[in-house]
This record gives sequence, structure tokens and C-alpha cells, in this order.
Amino acid sequence: MKFDTPATTNPIDQLKVVGKPTDRIDGPLKTTGMAPYAYERHDALENVAYGYVLGSAIAKGSIKATDVSRAKAAPGVLTVVTAQTAGKLGKGDFNTAKLLGGPDIQHYHQAVAVVVAETFEQARAAAALIKVDYERAKGTFDLASAKDGAPPAGKDNPDTAVGDFDKAFADAPVKLDETYLTPDHAHAMMEPHATIAAWKGDKLTVWTANQMVAWSRGDVAKTLGIPKDNVRLVSPYIGGGFGGKLFIRADVILAALGAKAAGRPVKIALQRPLMFNNTTHRPATIQRIRIGATQDGKITAIGHESWSGDLPGGGPETATQQTRLLYAGANRMMKMKLAVLDLPEGNAMRAPGEAPGLMALEVAIDELAEKLGVDPIELRVLNDTQVDPEKPGRPFSQRKLIECLRTGADKFGWAKRSARPGQVRAGRWLVGMGVAAAFRNNLVMKSAARVRLEKTGRIVVETDMTDIGTGSYTIIAQTAAEMMGVPLHQVTVKLGDSSFPVSAGSGGQWGANSSTAGVYAACVKLREAVATKLGLDPAIAEFSDGRVKLGNQSLPLAQAAADAPIVAEDAMEYGDLTKTHQQSTFGGHFVEVGVDAATCEIRIRRMLAVCAAGRILNPKAARSQVIGAMTMGAGAALMEELVVDKRIGFFVNHDLAGYEVPVHADIPHQEVIFLDETDPMSSPMKAKGVGELGICGVGAAVANAIYNATGVRVREYPVTLDKLLKDMPVVA
Amino acid sequence: MADTEDLSLSRRDLMAAGAASAAIAGAPATASAATPDAPHLAQVTFKVNGQKRSLTLDTRTTLLDALREHLRLTGTKKGCDHGQCGACTVIVDGRRINSCLSLAVMHEGDEITTIEGLGAPDKLHPLQAAFIKHDGYQCGYCTPGQICSAKAVLDEIKAGVPSHVTADLTDALKVTAEELRERMSGNICRCGAYSNIVEAIGEVAGGLSKGEMA
Ligand code: FES
Ligand code: FES
Repeated sequence: MKFDTPATTNPIDQLKVVGKPTDRIDGPLKTTGMAPYAYERHDALENVAYGYVLGSAIAKGSIKATDVSRAKAAPGVLTVVTAQTAGKLGKGDFNTAKLLGGPDIQHYHQAVAVVVAETFEQARAAAALIKVDYERAKGTFDLASAKDGAPPAGKDNPDTAVGDFDKAFADAPVKLDETYLTPDHAHAMMEPHATIAAWKGDKLTVWTANQMVAWSRGDVAKTLGIPKDNVRLVSPYIGGGFGGKLFIRADVILAALGAKAAGRPVKIALQRPLMFNNTTHRPATIQRIRIGATQDGKITAIGHESWSGDLPGGGPETATQQTRLLYAGANRMMKMKLAVLDLPEGNAMRAPGEAPGLMALEVAIDELAEKLGVDPIELRVLNDTQVDPEKPGRPFSQRKLIECLRTGADKFGWAKRSARPGQVRAGRWLVGMGVAAAFRNNLVMKSAARVRLEKTGRIVVETDMTDIGTGSYTIIAQTAAEMMGVPLHQVTVKLGDSSFPVSAGSGGQWGANSSTAGVYAACVKLREAVATKLGLDPAIAEFSDGRVKLGNQSLPLAQAAADAPIVAEDAMEYGDLTKTHQQSTFGGHFVEVGVDAATCEIRIRRMLAVCAAGRILNPKAARSQVIGAMTMGAGAALMEELVVDKRIGFFVNHDLAGYEVPVHADIPHQEVIFLDETDPMSSPMKAKGVGELGICGVGAAVANAIYNATGVRVREYPVTLDKLLKDMPVVA
Repeated sequence: MADTEDLSLSRRDLMAAGAASAAIAGAPATASAATPDAPHLAQVTFKVNGQKRSLTLDTRTTLLDALREHLRLTGTKKGCDHGQCGACTVIVDGRRINSCLSLAVMHEGDEITTIEGLGAPDKLHPLQAAFIKHDGYQCGYCTPGQICSAKAVLDEIKAGVPSHVTADLTDALKVTAEELRERMSGNICRCGAYSNIVEAIGEVAGGLSKGEMA
């Protein structure tokens, strides 16, 4: 099915199941520990051996020699695989560095060997017996010093310009010119990257934790040099991803190689301390923002430049993305530069681009508002645009940014905020409020599904879509239930298996809208087949209450499958509505903080997000996506930072004790409001995404609240108490 | 450590780097140690979810791996294997512990409760039901640990065990959001379900008392 004209009324609009706050259908399994994650497939296979990965001790250089003899002789060891013994390996389309290093080493903790043994304890002990002689080469690890020579980010991310930025900025009566720093971030999902691999002849099955089944199946095949048809990838439950499991990592390839060499299935979970340097991360940025405005606050010039780094062949953190679209202004300039750094591979993490981009832009807007002496919400309202500022002929499909900010201001008590910072005191706390706009584009992706009506009247949906905590199981069931006119409990959803039709997968907050649209397409086909079988006109037959109705005829749905199940398969594909209309999601984040007047300890007291993101398919799970993203945004604002050792070239704090993420005590009760919106340009579901919108702007809202509390502006994230201390107001 | 001759590290830097890599390196830094002997095996008998279980284990086996790999009770999760995340929380003789930080053979005669012992999909424990109702989870990987921890937290409060945020040691302890947040802070949820988790636990506790706000 092709979606190339705006959606009109369709069965989803009944909203009998879709749009209702719905408990997750996978909840009983997850809360009782019965949902099997990748490493836990005792149900699927026996006689599994254990792999343990050895990571490189240098960031760049080569291996002169590897001595595995003592490891091989250790008790229980079945095999040791290194680049020397692995045979020829390719590199996946979605990987920048090789997943098994040697002789060349591209980054610290790049895998250099895997030990396979009868038990985990034996594999771990034997891994310590491998002796690797490295030759260290000089690397570049510091973005700040690599920045000046960095070339443009490349043809996928060209510079953009409208009007004459330089002149307009020079002429502007009010100017802001500031530089903001965001550090490297880790996904730090709770389930480590993990895989069990088993060969049957030349056919490989991997049970793994992965967000994008089809991409990753292809990359497994490409890396191992085998046909894609010989690979099956299974990923029904995933313990968090946030972008970190979009691609295959060393666990998959080393489990496959280990299993081949050992002649047994092998399971590997990346050791937690390996994950931070072995896998991908969100790259650090240096961002310079210049805004020129009239005295009354109209933006006349807006310029955003961003520098980031990656391994050779990698890509930039696209931090200027939102600035192209968020505010009006006739003269615009965006530039990205990409330095070569020999740190671990940078890649997508929740809202790549916008998350760090808005951490800078939305502080800049706060600073500009203060310079102008206008309320930061009014400044945003004044510079709203309903069209793409680079292409004024191209409207937004929906843009309720102003409503988000106004609704939020009202609910949060924004009127009580003191415009002058450092004025509100509650006991030992200096109290402040901050706001930021949230913005993230809506992407649509082709997505397919297969639906089956069984003799019992049960509907079974199969698609290789994944549920990484997003609630895919539930919204897909809701979609099928709505389309086929059955209650939710009569739908079975099977996900995450490459033997199912190829879906959009989970990334870029496209999953909810795109995967359910694919299920919609398949259900339209199934409805046709069912109606035809029952002798009813498919174009006008109604599906409800487990029956198919037309005029005064009403037949049980199950009757259509009385002889044999009916199966339908289809995909949703997209025309050019994303080109004619800019599709984005919007929000407003409101944060209140307390800063201890003496110690500068920062506590978040209240958080509110107001979102406009199309139809909300399951408000319960969508709210969870948003509060989870707000929590991650609070982490980025206050504590998260991969600390770079600039001489040796690695992330120093590479475990969950050193890389701090928010815990219960850091997060207050959180409020989320969804504005009533449907977007007929996005798909027949009229939905968009919220999982990334929720993090966009949070960091800035926290930083702005800290400024409002204390009068101290910190432009280098995370905002920690040591950065506040020296400029804190003297208070009694 | 790799060749460092092109680096001029001060003694302090070396100590810092050494401390960091000892604590965090991907593999134990014992490449020069002698080849280990065959594993030391030992027998251990404990009760898991009310059932007596006897295992002969490599003495290096953690309680976590004994549960997950040997007894195939995979509800208890491994998030870090280092006592840093709480995903492996189980209840031993009424107290919650990180099972990754405890060797299985240390638990002779102990009574261990895991998530599987609290309830089942068709017979949910009130906490499990409340987590579903309040959507106190997303990916579900931290969830068994959160629920086991929550069960023990409520018992601790009932038993009058104070926490870091308990203001008054003489009054009866109340279940406040602040107490729950403090006591649950060893259980990381990267999906960020905290706000809902506290509400789920509060409901099972019979409602949250009003606490102080930071
Ligand atoms: S696995 Fe035990 S605390 Fe993380
Ligand atoms: S539900 Fe995913 S880490 Fe808590």
C-alpha cells in the first residue's frame, strides 16, 4: 500500500482500542521475569558454551603478536578466536570500525579475541591468559584541539545558508554569540549487548538484542561473508537500546565465529566495563551559536556551527539540525565540521543531533531573552514559523509549538517565575524555573507485516519490528484489534524475527507510526480477503465486535477461517508528503530546580513536558517514553559525561559506577501532557513519534532553571556544582 | 600495559590510569599469573522460591550465575556483574542483595526469593500488578530487580530500618516518595520509569504519606 495522499477517515479513527491508555500486553511476562532476553534462551537450545571478549589495551596502533597458547591450555577452554584465526571478515554497512580488531587497532577496547569455554568462569579466567604485544601509534583524542583543522562534515550534511547571515548579524541591534560544549554520552542501556549463535551446516541463527532486524541480519551476513538467506536473527525482547543496538556489535560476530570454531552454540554478553569503549556513543560537540535580533525580539540572523569528531569514515553529530527549522529569521547559516578522532565509534543515541543541538540552542534563546528583557516563552512565540524557514513554500504539516509552551506555562505556574535570577529562596534552596522548546522531526519508513485470521477468530500479527521498551507489542495489537474489530486480548503479536516481514524497526522515533501503518496495510488486505470469503463487499463491510457486518447481515469473523486460516501480507510505503510538508513533533519542557545556596547541590523539584506529536496510539506507554526521555535529559544536564583520557585515548569512566546516570533519588514525579492532534500527512495512523521528542530540550530547560535559580550561566555540560561554585551569589 | 614510551606520564597519572584500568579493564589484568588448575568444585544446597536445590559449582560462580545459568531462572538479570546497577537483586533470608556480588557457595542453607518466586503471569504479586498498572517499566530488564528491591524496601520500612533521608529516628517510619526514592536508588532504570515505579510501590504500600520536597 502506498501512502501518498493525506489520510481521510479510516477504521483507526473509531478509536475503540487505539488511543486508549492500555497496559502493555507483554507486562505480565516482563514483570514476572518470564520474557526471554537474548542471553537467556534456555528454551531454544542446549549445550551452549560461553564466550568472553578481550578488548584492546591501546586506542590506535597494531598488534605485533598474540600468544593464546596458555589460554587454549586452560581448563574448559574449547577455542580462542582472534583476527589471525577468524578467516577473512568483512565490515557491515552500518559499522565504522571493524568488530574484531587486529593486526590494526582502531580504538580502545576494540575486540581482539574471544575465548570460548565450557563455563563463563573458565572463559573469563582464560581470557586473562592471552598475551598481546601492541605497538601503539599516535592518535588524536581531543576534539577541542582537533577542531580548527576539521573539514566540513561531508556531502550528506552540507552547510546551508539563506540570505546574508554575516551582514544581518553585524547589523543586528541585539546580538548573542556564545559557545556551548556537550560531552560524549553513553547509551548505558541495562541489558548488555548479548548474543547466542548456533550453526546448522552453513545456516546461522543468532538470538541477539537488536533494534533493526533486517539491517543487522544483512550486516551479520556481510561481515561473515555468507549469504543473507543463511542468517536468521531473532530479537523478541530487548533490554533497552536508545540507538546503541541499532547495529550489530562484537557480541554477534564473535559468538558466530566462536560457535563455528567450537562446533557448539556460543553465548556472549559484552562485559559491562567493555561496553563504553567497545560499542558506540553519542559524540561530544562544540557549538557556536550567533543570533541577531531587533530591539523588540525579532530574529534577523541565526547561525549555528557545530564541531564533532569520529573515526575515519564516520559521521558528525548533526547538532545544527533543529536550528534550520525551529525559529523564523531571514538570514541563516548552519555549518558542521567533522574532525578525525581515534576514540571509539560515534553514532546515533536517542535524538541524535537534536538532543545535543537543543542543549545549546535553547540555552542561547534563554540568554537572548534575557538580553532583550523579554520572557523566554514570548521570545519563542514571537519567532515562531509555520513554514520551513529555508523554503517558505513548504508548510509544516502540524506545528503546535506555541500551544505547547502556553499550555505548559499555565500548568506549571510559569507566571510565578522571577525574571531576575537568584531571587527565590526556600530554606537552604535557591529555586528557579526553566523552559525549553522540544523539537524532533518525524521520519516515516517502509514497514511490512503479515496478519493471520485463525479458525478460533484469533488474529496473529508477525513483523520483524522490535520492542525496545517502546511498547510496540501493545500498539501493534491495538492497531490489529481496531482494524479487525476484535478485543485486544484476541490478538497475538510476534516480533523481532528475520523470518517475519521486514518492518521499519526501532530508531529515530519512527517505529510507532511506521510499524503500525504496516500492520494497517496488512489488515486492509486481510479485511478484503475475509469479506470476500464471506460474500460481503469489502469496500463497505464493517468489522466490529468480532463480526463482519453489512446492512442487516452480520457474520462471525471466525467463520471466514472455518476451513483454513486466512493470511494477508502487505507493506506501507510512502510518497512525497514528507517533501511537500515538513513533518515534525513539538513540545515544551518545564523544569524547576533547587540549588543549595551553600554547597551548590542541584536537585530537580518538578518536571513537565507538553507534547504535540500527532495521534497518541497508547497514551500510557507514550507517557512512559516521554518521562524516560526526560530522565535521560536530566542525566545529560546534570551528570552524564564520558571522560576522555586525552593521551591514551579512551573513556575513563567505563562502567555504571563511573558513568553516572540518573537514579530514583534524582527524579521527582514527572508530568506529561499530550495535546490533541492528528496528523493526516504522516500515515493512516495519523501518528508521529514521542520517544525522542521527550529528550529534546530537557537539558537546556534544566540549565536554564539553574541559571534562574542562581544567576550562574554554565555553557559546558554537564552542569555540576563545581562549575557553579565560584560564581554563586553571596546569600545569607 | 601497552608500550608507553612515547608518553610522558607522571607518577600521579600512572596511578590514576592504573587504578582506572584495574577497576574497569575488559579482562582481569593477570596475564602473568600461572595457568589455573582445574576449577575447584563445591556443593551447595539452598532453597530457591521454597524449593530445595543442590548444585555442584565452580566456586567462582556467583549466586546470579547459579540462578541464571544453572537453575535457568533467568528472571534475575545481569546488568553489570559489578554491583553497580541492581538488576540482579534477589532476597536472601529476607534481605535484598546484589546476587552478582555474592558467590553461590556462600549461601549454604539460605532461603532465596527471586522474581519467579513472587508471582507468575497468571498469579501476579501485588507489586507486579502495580508495575503493570502504573507502567513502571519499559524494556523490562531492570524490572525484576526493581520489584524484588521494592518488596524488601517495604519490609524494611515496616521493620523500622531507617534510611539516609529518614528525618526522625524516633517516630514510626512512613512510606513517603522520598523514602522510596532513596531506598530504591541502587536499582538503575535507564528507561527512566522512576516516576511510575514510585507510584506503583506507593500504591501497594497503601498510599504515599506526604514527605518533604527538596
Ligand atoms: S548485575 Fe548485579 S548489580 Fe548489576
Ligand atoms: S525498564 Fe528498561 S531499564 Fe528499567
